[in-house]
Amino acid sequence: METTIPNPRPSTPGNLLNQRSYLAQRSVFDWIFAALLVGAGAYAFSRLRGIMDVYELWILFGTVPALIWLGWSWPPLRTLMLVLAGSALVAVSSYGGVIANGEKNFLLKYLFSSQSAILWMSMLFVMALVSYWIGLLAQSPTSLFVGTATTWGAIFAGWHGLLARWHESYLMGPDLGHIPVSNLYEVFVLFCLITAMFYLYYEEKYKTRSLGGFVSIVIVAAVGFLLWYTFDRQAHEIQPLVPALQSWWMKLHVPANFIGYGTFSLAAMVAFAYLVKFYGETSSWVKLLPLWLLGIALAAEPLIFRRSGMPSYWAVYFAIAAVVVAIILGLRKQIAPRLPSFEVLDDVMYKAIAIGFAFFTIATILGALWAAEAWGTYWQWDPKETWALIVWLNYAAWLHMRLVKSLAGPVSAYWALVGLLVTGFAFLGVNMFLSGLHSYGEL
Amino acid sequence: MLHAVGSMSTSESPTRSNSISPALASWLDVLGSMRFAISSLSILAIASIIGTVLNQREPFLNYVNQFGPFWAQLLSWAGVVEVYNAWWFLLVLTFLICSTSVCVTRNSPKMLREMKTWRESIRSSSLRAQHHHDELTTPDSPEVLLAHQSEQLKRLGYRLKIDSRSDGVMLAGKKGAVNRLGYIFTHVGIVVIALGGMLDSELPLRAYSWWFDKQPMLEMPVGQAIPDSVKLSASNPSFRSNLFVPEGGTASLAMINTHGGRFVQELPFAVQLKQFKVDYYSTGMPKLFASEVVIIDKETGARKEATIKVNEPLYHRGMAIYQSSFDDGGSKLRLKGYSLEGAETVDIPIEVGSSIPLERAGSPPLKLELTGFRAINVENVGQIDAIPKEQRKFQDSVATVLSPTAGGRSKGLRNVGPSIQYRLRDQAGQAREFSVYQLPVEIDGYPMFLAGVRESVNESFQFLRIPADQKDELDEFMRLHKSLTNPVMIRQAALQFAEKSAPRGASGGSADPAVKAQLAQSAERALTTFAAGGLQSIADYIGKNVVETEREKAGEMILRVLSSSLWELWQVARQQANLPAAKLDEPNGRFIQLAQLALSDSFLFGSPLLFQLHEFKEVKASVFQVTRSPGKNIVYFGSLLLVLGIFAMFYIRERRVWCWIAKNPAGLTSMLYAMSSTRRSMAVDQDFAVLKTALKDHYGNHNPQPQA
Repeated sequence: METTIPNPRPSTPGNLLNQRSYLAQRSVFDWIFAALLVGAGAYAFSRLRGIMDVYELWILFGTVPALIWLGWSWPPLRTLMLVLAGSALVAVSSYGGVIANGEKNFLLKYLFSSQSAILWMSMLFVMALVSYWIGLLAQSPTSLFVGTATTWGAIFAGWHGLLARWHESYLMGPDLGHIPVSNLYEVFVLFCLITAMFYLYYEEKYKTRSLGGFVSIVIVAAVGFLLWYTFDRQAHEIQPLVPALQSWWMKLHVPANFIGYGTFSLAAMVAFAYLVKFYGETSSWVKLLPLWLLGIALAAEPLIFRRSGMPSYWAVYFAIAAVVVAIILGLRKQIAPRLPSFEVLDDVMYKAIAIGFAFFTIATILGALWAAEAWGTYWQWDPKETWALIVWLNYAAWLHMRLVKSLAGPVSAYWALVGLLVTGFAFLGVNMFLSGLHSYGEL
Repeated sequence: MLHAVGSMSTSESPTRSNSISPALASWLDVLGSMRFAISSLSILAIASIIGTVLNQREPFLNYVNQFGPFWAQLLSWAGVVEVYNAWWFLLVLTFLICSTSVCVTRNSPKMLREMKTWRESIRSSSLRAQHHHDELTTPDSPEVLLAHQSEQLKRLGYRLKIDSRSDGVMLAGKKGAVNRLGYIFTHVGIVVIALGGMLDSELPLRAYSWWFDKQPMLEMPVGQAIPDSVKLSASNPSFRSNLFVPEGGTASLAMINTHGGRFVQELPFAVQLKQFKVDYYSTGMPKLFASEVVIIDKETGARKEATIKVNEPLYHRGMAIYQSSFDDGGSKLRLKGYSLEGAETVDIPIEVGSSIPLERAGSPPLKLELTGFRAINVENVGQIDAIPKEQRKFQDSVATVLSPTAGGRSKGLRNVGPSIQYRLRDQAGQAREFSVYQLPVEIDGYPMFLAGVRESVNESFQFLRIPADQKDELDEFMRLHKSLTNPVMIRQAALQFAEKSAPRGASGGSADPAVKAQLAQSAERALTTFAAGGLQSIADYIGKNVVETEREKAGEMILRVLSSSLWELWQVARQQANLPAAKLDEPNGRFIQLAQLALSDSFLFGSPLLFQLHEFKEVKASVFQVTRSPGKNIVYFGSLLLVLGIFAMFYIRERRVWCWIAKNPAGLTSMLYAMSSTRRSMAVDQDFAVLKTALKDHYGNHNPQPQA
């Protein structure tokens, strides 16, 4: 494929040639940030040592350098973490150790309690979706910028919500408290956040905001699910941990898994953009049909795998998705030229799948290690395990074809989209449709 | 970015020694081909999907019920009902291991050679053939240029080798060669994981039982010695077994469930259960399952005290002991047996897990088998209207105690108290299963006793709801039920009803006897019809005796008569028991209304007896999983290789650069440099851009851009 690459961006070669070492390159702000994190870690250690076992202490010790590294590698995270620390402290002090304050205190009730923060997150993600699309279609950089800004706002609100929820769970009862990654509701929030953050990272790295609208679709779809889950099922209620989940493994296994799910979804949305661009000039509906069908199949997943009935919410959800996909395909001629080059799309897709695959592998292995402690065997073909394996095999095959056979173009994009279908089933379908040991996220 | 790391396909001629015969070689080619690997993987993936959709390892009869005999037979024959242990599944898995092994042994030497070489002897002209190449010229001497560029390349992380030739110097650099190890690590990792996994699968058990001639048994003989043919000795290298230990008891024989029955696994130690603890959160969800045990080593006699919890197994002599589930260890119960045929209430002491014959006057005897007892039942009372709903199996593992209720919303979750589960078996061997709660549960604002019944384990329980009386007992309902079998009492109730409801004379005198007699007759008929088969009988009666247009009206009237006369019947029954008449108030009215429904439903209950838990002394038992898994550490090692390999493959980029430094005819020093890339990617472009900037640091803009 001898296409020329229009925009090979040298990634600031100055830095790479810098003779100073990595540590010497750190700014004063970097060091203040690191010192604050170390201080926070030390404070947590001194205060909470008693209720953590040795593994949890190791996780704490590992978290501090990991967060420092993340903040140093991608500076916006420094700011995010510091702002979050501030807002979390405001929430904690507003609660003053009494869960009932969540209803009385104005700040908590409308901003800083976990539930309102997560609702804010939901709203901001929807706003981001709208802004990104207006920006893309009206070619308005301002609107695109608003998309980025609201996504950051949503990320802040979501993380704050999870942090506050963590605190609230302990306020409900010291024996009830746990990290908020224990059920489907909490991990849905995590999913939105991780997907959005990876997107923003690539947005900055590739200096293009035109993918925001696409990635926001999957995030808002998740938000739609989250809202239904909140309002219809009251899933936001904090539940104590059953014995099988009372383990430090959860702190590692679940987030690692959701890095995988998040980046796979991101890759699929980029693949969608790729295909929209690829079919930008076609006027044959026959060629577009598979893409549209795939799009609505993804939206139909929560619908198909429901055990009973078809509540109107899901019918509407499905109808909106079908229309949205159709509109995007209808506007392909306008959208296509504004999307990044095929090379960039391909590269983002590969990078996202590669990182997702690496973390999904780690998550599955961590899950096996945990299963060996909790269920007595590291692998027993539980439906969730089996589907994790299928997802893994799917992306392993994708990567194989890419690395060995240089697979690229529409085939790899279609495959990445189908990958989301498989991932979606492993993530949701198994919980809804199949029973098994992973029944924490009952629907 | 990764370069083509050597294809698994046959298209690239593999290096192989000449000693292999051509036939074997072509076999190896097929085995090592990508197409073969992908096909095998697809089969495994599809089989795995089937395995997640089709319930595995259920009794054959369940499949017959679900799919019919033909399909059940077919599924069973194809091994799909136990797909992960099916011979063909394991065969495909073995093929895959072989395929990957062939691939890795074939490509590894090439990879390792690649890692070592510098390719410094590359011809200078071939550098121009690389997509990424560039040139520069400088008045500096070649030595100065070489020194400078070596420094720059080192700073970018390249290791260098210099090849001095007569006409110039070739500077070859490389970095990230470890990337190639990534290929080897991932593939070896997968093979190691698969091999380790096989050691922990059912294969060793099959081999062991074949070698030592052991046969599983469907039902263990009760009260007899266990035959040697089902006993696996403690030297069995790989097993996963369940050990049942009641509180206060000791056990050292574990069960292995397998296709076609069970084996008994001897353990080199005994487990004594001192106490089994279950804690609950305030919401009713389980919080803790823990067993306080003493491990008694058979060889040394050493005793080791320990607590085993979910997520905190105990390791002993290379074996792991897990808290797997819990059960009843033979609780002692007293049951009240209410007759639904008018006989006297009986008091029965029984132990959980045992059975006793029930003699009944004038009827064939039944056998009562007490199968289960639970002291605590956390149920979603908010959803109890959704009954019949599936009851959890008693022996469900602890991990799945987060079944619908526990994993659901806490609002309706409540401990509804103890329950028993029992079967009544008739002489023909047919049994119905019952599940009865000891305490009434509030449903729609009224306390109700729940008694469930089902014909087979595949069905869910259908619950009969019986209103509790004001003492929260079953007695008043049973009194009413019993009196409904007594014609004398029915007659009396009908007369009382007529007395009360006949219209008074104009002067307030006594009512017209003829009207009274007629009313008494209809009340008696209503009660008798109802006593014969509940509301259904009444509907049948109306259907037979009333013309269609009048049915609705007649039905209403009969029901009104029935309700009132049931009330009277209750009063008659109370009177006979020397109890005061019940007050005609709202709760009692509600009671009789609900009792009427329950009486009607009791005809569907299909049992002459209803047993109610009266007293209990609970004895718990703990079920441990005892495993010896020789493959575990192998699998972990393979996983480590896999992770290392993946990161090496994705995040270490192999890069090679060459700089050809020579004097040009103009007397200047020129340098032609190139970066290798077998596949175009943005990352290579970026890296080359960085390289260019570095190498042109002092020497930029001297020369025109080369033509690509």
